[in-house]
Amino acid sequence: MRIKALRAAFPRTLPVMTGYLFLGIAFGVLLREAGFGPLWALLMSVLIYAGSMQFVAVGLLTGPFAPLTAALVAFTVNARHLFYGLSMLGRFSGRGALKPYLIFGLTDETYSLLCAGEAPEGVDKGWYDFFLTALDQLYWVAGSVAGCVMGAALPVDSTGIDFAMTALFLVIFVEQWESARSHLPALLGVGASAVCVAVFGADGFIPFAMAAIFAGLTALHGRLAPLTQANSEEVQA
Amino acid sequence: MTQTQALITILCIAAATLLTRALPFWVFRGEAPAFVRYLGAVLPGAVIGMLVVYCFKGVTPLAWPHALPELLAGLYVVLVHRWKHNLALSIGGGTALYMLLVQVVFA
Repeated sequence: MRIKALRAAFPRTLPVMTGYLFLGIAFGVLLREAGFGPLWALLMSVLIYAGSMQFVAVGLLTGPFAPLTAALVAFTVNARHLFYGLSMLGRFSGRGALKPYLIFGLTDETYSLLCAGEAPEGVDKGWYDFFLTALDQLYWVAGSVAGCVMGAALPVDSTGIDFAMTALFLVIFVEQWESARSHLPALLGVGASAVCVAVFGADGFIPFAMAAIFAGLTALHGRLAPLTQANSEEVQA
Repeated sequence: MTQTQALITILCIAAATLLTRALPFWVFRGEAPAFVRYLGAVLPGAVIGMLVVYCFKGVTPLAWPHALPELLAGLYVVLVHRWKHNLALSIGGGTALYMLLVQVVFA
């Protein structure tokens, strides 16, 4: 059962493997330059496991000791994960003992792989979700430790490899677009975020975009709710 | 910062990150209210849209190379994926194209 789920999950994680290995290496190189060795990279990628936040954390670790500020920054930078949890409430409710790890490992990329679909026919849903999550973390841990060991002496010019992440999100966006009953949520997400980048700048737009998306979806409730209800009834039937 | 202080900082960051992921599951134990279930159904579409914008937030349309590498590679990914629905072709090809564009064409 587990081998079957692993076999089904592995090919789906390949784009994340490319992205995480190289982003992880970039993080490891940065951490080493800040004076922290591979054991620190391992510790951070196992315990924190949040890509963009770990880059921010390198800066925090080289500054003065301020653990509460660090926690506050981490909460703000990762606040978008609140949304991921909200949309996985139903799916994770049937995951039993695997649920805590699925929640812990709910990164941007794992979330988008989960959004791309459930386990194929005949594959255990829980173990499929587990292997998506665990393989992704394995790539991230391996990349960050490797980067920290190798330092800046990388053999190939990997400039631009991080586009794998952008491509992954674009592909998930296209798949959701094709299967969605209404394009309004997708248009709202892109539109509100673009406006927030223009108004609040690229570095701090996420909390504003989240607020705008929340307000927009609340305003569209009357129009979109009938579609989602019809959808869940079909699933039950 | 001493090693102990670094360790405490990392643990605080880890705890705050876990909180953002676990909070919805603690607040909505059992059956979530209808509005929350509605949000759960419509949020993924909007949030993936936000993440796409997040990936493109660093582009400089007004300065050379006018966001052309991002635009061309992004267009390739969308069009090829709509056409073939093949992950390796869309993501692998798009990344290779982007690397070629930033390292050679627009270097």
